[in-house]
Amino acid sequence: MTAPWAWRWAAYALVAAISVYLVAPMAIIVVISFSDSALLTFPPPGLSLRWYRSLAETPAWRDSILVSLQVMVLTAVAATALGTAAALGLASWRGPLAATIRSLLMAPLVIPHIISGAAIFLLFDAWGWVGSLQALVLGHIALAVPYVVATVGAALETMDHRLTQAALTLGASPRIAFMRVTLPLIRPGILAGLLFAAMLSFDELIVSLFLSTPQLRTVTVLMWSNVLGDIDPEISAIATVILLVSMVLLALQWFLSRQRGVPVLQGIGR
Amino acid sequence: MTRPTVLELRGVSKNFGPVAAVADVDLELKQGEFISFLGPSGSGKTTTLMMVAGLQAPSSGSILLNGRDLAPLPPYKRNIGVVFQHYALFPHMSVLANIAFPLEMRKLGRMQARRRAEAVLRLVGLPDLGDRLPSQLSGGQQQRVALARALAYEPPLLLMDEPLGALDKNLRAQMQIEIARLHRELGITVLYVTHDQEEALVMSDRIAVFNHGRVEQIGQPQSLYERPVTRFVAGFLGDSTFLPGKVQALQKEEAVVLTAHGPLRGHASPGVRPGEAAVVAVRPERVVLLTPGDTARENALRGRISDVIYLGQSRKFVVRLEDGSELLGLQPIGTASPAVTEGSEVLLGWSATDCNVLADSD
Repeated sequence: MTAPWAWRWAAYALVAAISVYLVAPMAIIVVISFSDSALLTFPPPGLSLRWYRSLAETPAWRDSILVSLQVMVLTAVAATALGTAAALGLASWRGPLAATIRSLLMAPLVIPHIISGAAIFLLFDAWGWVGSLQALVLGHIALAVPYVVATVGAALETMDHRLTQAALTLGASPRIAFMRVTLPLIRPGILAGLLFAAMLSFDELIVSLFLSTPQLRTVTVLMWSNVLGDIDPEISAIATVILLVSMVLLALQWFLSRQRGVPVLQGIGR
Repeated sequence: MTRPTVLELRGVSKNFGPVAAVADVDLELKQGEFISFLGPSGSGKTTTLMMVAGLQAPSSGSILLNGRDLAPLPPYKRNIGVVFQHYALFPHMSVLANIAFPLEMRKLGRMQARRRAEAVLRLVGLPDLGDRLPSQLSGGQQQRVALARALAYEPPLLLMDEPLGALDKNLRAQMQIEIARLHRELGITVLYVTHDQEEALVMSDRIAVFNHGRVEQIGQPQSLYERPVTRFVAGFLGDSTFLPGKVQALQKEEAVVLTAHGPLRGHASPGVRPGEAAVVAVRPERVVLLTPGDTARENALRGRISDVIYLGQSRKFVVRLEDGSELLGLQPIGTASPAVTEGSEVLLGWSATDCNVLADSD
């Protein structure tokens, strides 16, 4: 018979192996980005910041990062506003029509991005919008809205709707009841949706590929076209930058999710 | 003494599709009165309360507060206090902020609102808990805060929807006394919804018994308990044994009903007609064991005691009658009469004024 400690250590080893499997590729990319060699070799022969310098000095990278950040901010804000409004509307609406609208809103989650991308491309191409900022933002919004509907919808479901009724009986108009009671209580869901939307937009490649032109492209699209040509550690430097942005967004979300239950002494705080 | 009417319901109905949740309810609530809506779940009592609060709209009929029709007023302009079933305290606000919320809505200054909130918190016996969050309080404390929040702006009418439903038995009894005290001290008018008959009996000036969306009977607790007018009220409020039969004679307040056990006499409730079906409703505590030759009681039956249940203060017993039906009895412990024992043949009786003859609508 095997001793219990042996099982425990076997379990630890398995967890460690899976963690390495998941994290190792990213760790290797980060290490290579600091390489002083022109070749993608691991371990790098020496360390330097030359690839980061090269990133900063190449206008194409700089421009594409700016495009990605612009698209990210606009997408996150617009998708959060639209998704929150949709979730609020759906929360107080039952029936087949509401169910249909909910399914339509959530559809981008299950439709392959390549299909969405092709469809959006055909429409925007007919309008001559391909290669424009609004095309990228609108494309990303369509993909991001379901995440916001899901997170805000979940927040609304866990919220007791009698709280809003209680606010009404206490003399708050529907608008004030929403601002003072509903909104603070679903804020974690709204912020989670906002960050999800931002992350999705910043990482998105497929729809962006359809809508980008050499004059206006996101950083993921530029990475993609670079990978197809010569590969040097510059690609791992930009990958590290993207990783950093994603991790900051993730950390922000984790931090905010711990902020629930903080007393809000609006009006009569000490 | 005539007190002014605070709340009046005139023919109020509420339909959900083809279902009538509330049907034609008429009610008048006097200043300072404590009235309970009592009934099983789904009987329309909470829906009626929600219509008074303005959270649901009546399908027909009108509701008047101090003589003013409430129909055009949204809930936030009615100035009615509501205590919800699960308290509905705002979880993101401190206890004081919860209580000050309605005061802020009434444009009270910040300091004034805080001082008033502290005063109300003292009134409900929680002076030191103002800075806590609702989640840091026990169920009973949350209940007091909910009460304080609804009382803070001195509404002319306080609605309570099963406010003690989530509390355990001891705490419930304690809160009943507390609510009764606040009602007495503040002289507020209260409309209280409960499905707990004991709670309704303890606290109310009057009780309205709801069944299938209708008010079956409304009256003071004692008259409701001792003189129910329908079979539903007699069965829902306390225990009753129903002995069916046919009305043989009706004189003034007394009816004679021919049952399987011979003629029985009882107080005739309105709606009882000679020659029609009726039931004799007997409360267990009115049933007395008789010694042979005892003729003081108008009604007497033979039976065999089939079950005795010890309840501490009393013994409940089941008597199997000659036709196989059962009759409930209750005997206080420590009375002079012989203790009931299982299996014994007994003679039971009760006075005509101690039972009610009700029209048998079923």
